[in-house]
Amino acid sequence: MARLITARLVRLVAVLLAVSFLTFMMANLLPGDPIDALIPIELQEDQEFVAELREEWGLNDPLLVRYGRWLGNAVQGDLGRSYITGRPIMDEIAPRLPITGQLMVVSIGLALLVAVPLGVLSAYREGSRTDQSVTGGALLGISTPNFLLGIFLIYFLAVKLQWFPAVGWVRISDSFTGNLKSMALPVVSLAVAEAAVFTRLVRSDMIATLQENYILSARAKGLRDRFILFRHGLRPSSLTLITVVGLNMASLIGGTVVLERLFAIPGLGWRFFGAFFQRDYMMIQGITMLIAAFYVIINAVVDFIYLAIDPRIRRRA
Amino acid sequence: MSTVEFPSTEVELSTTVRSIDRLDRERLRGRLARMSWYTRICASWVVLIIAAAIFADFIPGLPDPNYQGFLWGNDKILEPPSRDHWLGTDGISRDNLARVIYGARVSLIFAASAVASGLLFGGVIGSVAGFMRGKVDGAIGFGIDVMLAMPGLVIYIFFITMIGKFGLVWMCLVVSALVIAPYARVARANALAISNREFVTAARSIGTNKARILFREVIPNVYPTLFAYALVSMGVLIILESTLSFLGIGMPIPTSSWGNMIAESRRDLAINPWPLVWPALTLILTVYSINVVADWIRKDMAARTSALS
Repeated sequence: MARLITARLVRLVAVLLAVSFLTFMMANLLPGDPIDALIPIELQEDQEFVAELREEWGLNDPLLVRYGRWLGNAVQGDLGRSYITGRPIMDEIAPRLPITGQLMVVSIGLALLVAVPLGVLSAYREGSRTDQSVTGGALLGISTPNFLLGIFLIYFLAVKLQWFPAVGWVRISDSFTGNLKSMALPVVSLAVAEAAVFTRLVRSDMIATLQENYILSARAKGLRDRFILFRHGLRPSSLTLITVVGLNMASLIGGTVVLERLFAIPGLGWRFFGAFFQRDYMMIQGITMLIAAFYVIINAVVDFIYLAIDPRIRRRA
Repeated sequence: MSTVEFPSTEVELSTTVRSIDRLDRERLRGRLARMSWYTRICASWVVLIIAAAIFADFIPGLPDPNYQGFLWGNDKILEPPSRDHWLGTDGISRDNLARVIYGARVSLIFAASAVASGLLFGGVIGSVAGFMRGKVDGAIGFGIDVMLAMPGLVIYIFFITMIGKFGLVWMCLVVSALVIAPYARVARANALAISNREFVTAARSIGTNKARILFREVIPNVYPTLFAYALVSMGVLIILESTLSFLGIGMPIPTSSWGNMIAESRRDLAINPWPLVWPALTLILTVYSINVVADWIRKDMAARTSALS
């Protein structure tokens, strides 16, 4: 068990190192001089000034030295300075993290809240009309792009009915109901596709579980169906679900980038896009690294949860 | 079978395989006949979209997707559906039908090139890893982990920023590189399972060389499952293309693509929703149909593998 966990942790660190190396090298080896991002072309005629800037930003050192320095700082939570604003990247990102985090956590929560009962119900009544409409709806949910759903929600619920604000973000510290309202539409747009994927998973795993002998014996003992479904059936059926929740974090992060753009929410994705249009290499590199680290760590945590839930794997380890 | 020599046994084996192939083809015909009417409609829709995208230039009476008739006083902007414009016109009087059809071309080229790269490179790399095990597998597996550590959209934006170029070719290139890792992961898992099957052991025991086992026994059995995955990923890729174009980091603007159409007609939504509804509807229907067909194939394959074991 302990050996398994250490092996996982070592691999995690190795993957993160490789990712950081790749992002750094990609950002620096491709054509384009950071000086172009720092100052306009006209100012570059002043050779002395350019040399001074190169020295100040450490651009004269060999690439590997710069990578080492960047990595050393990154480990201590310093991702460098933006080429455009000159401010530390962490200072720019930090106030945005809670916004993106809130969007993601609430979306996942909502998706699970909808998907688990629907999937269980669908499996319980396999082949019925309820099952058919749930699976059909889930397939439609998977097939609808989140930005399109967002556009429809904005048009009908924000513009026509005016129940929710169309764009913008109210911080939870400013107004709780305002926060809920500004969060509602993007969260729903994000959650639908996730819920659809989860529902299909819970359904197919649950159908397999319900054919097990111990379910039959539970039924023979006279236990209520609901008790059997949620107490005996759900736990073994949720293993794939947990893995996929972790893996789907990737699509969720992508989704928040898109929806923050659509709903003008000042989160991490919004800043990422801004950096994209300003060609702010340092910022792109920093945010990419941060997201990759988050994603890898989440999936490692998922692996550990898996160990905790499934006694068979624990024993084998 | 008189004097048993290894090469001749191999011939025996491959003739058996060939007869199983024929049986499979007959079964396939039977399976197609048992396809439900619903799946048939979805499959026909996909075929129709593919045909329209390929033969768009030869459809009689279909206007140029970038022709703005109102500049010459021919057409009006935001026209409702009519005989001249079956789906109406958009905000600058371009024909919606033509734009949807040419948009399908962009989506399909994008999805097809990525799927081809995934099947070709991802499939072979994953199969090699799963079959060889050991150090090769360790190295490839680590590479896959590193590539998958960065969420798709984020790493796409990262690459496009660093390259600094737009357009269909660059989009296809970047995404084709990015899909290799997920395909390799699926192929690797399959190859691991298949390498333990009796026919691979049989091939090993008669001394077939490794490359031959890999290409004749393992890879042909990895691909059916990979095709099902390819179909699902096709849907995801079509959505990705429209998302990228919608965000303004995919196809450059005058080119007609479903994402561009949706982005451009958003401001006219309150006056005339049709220019937005058509590409949106086509997009959802197409991805939905692809997913229905993929589900059908998967169910079919599940039935087949369980019959074998």
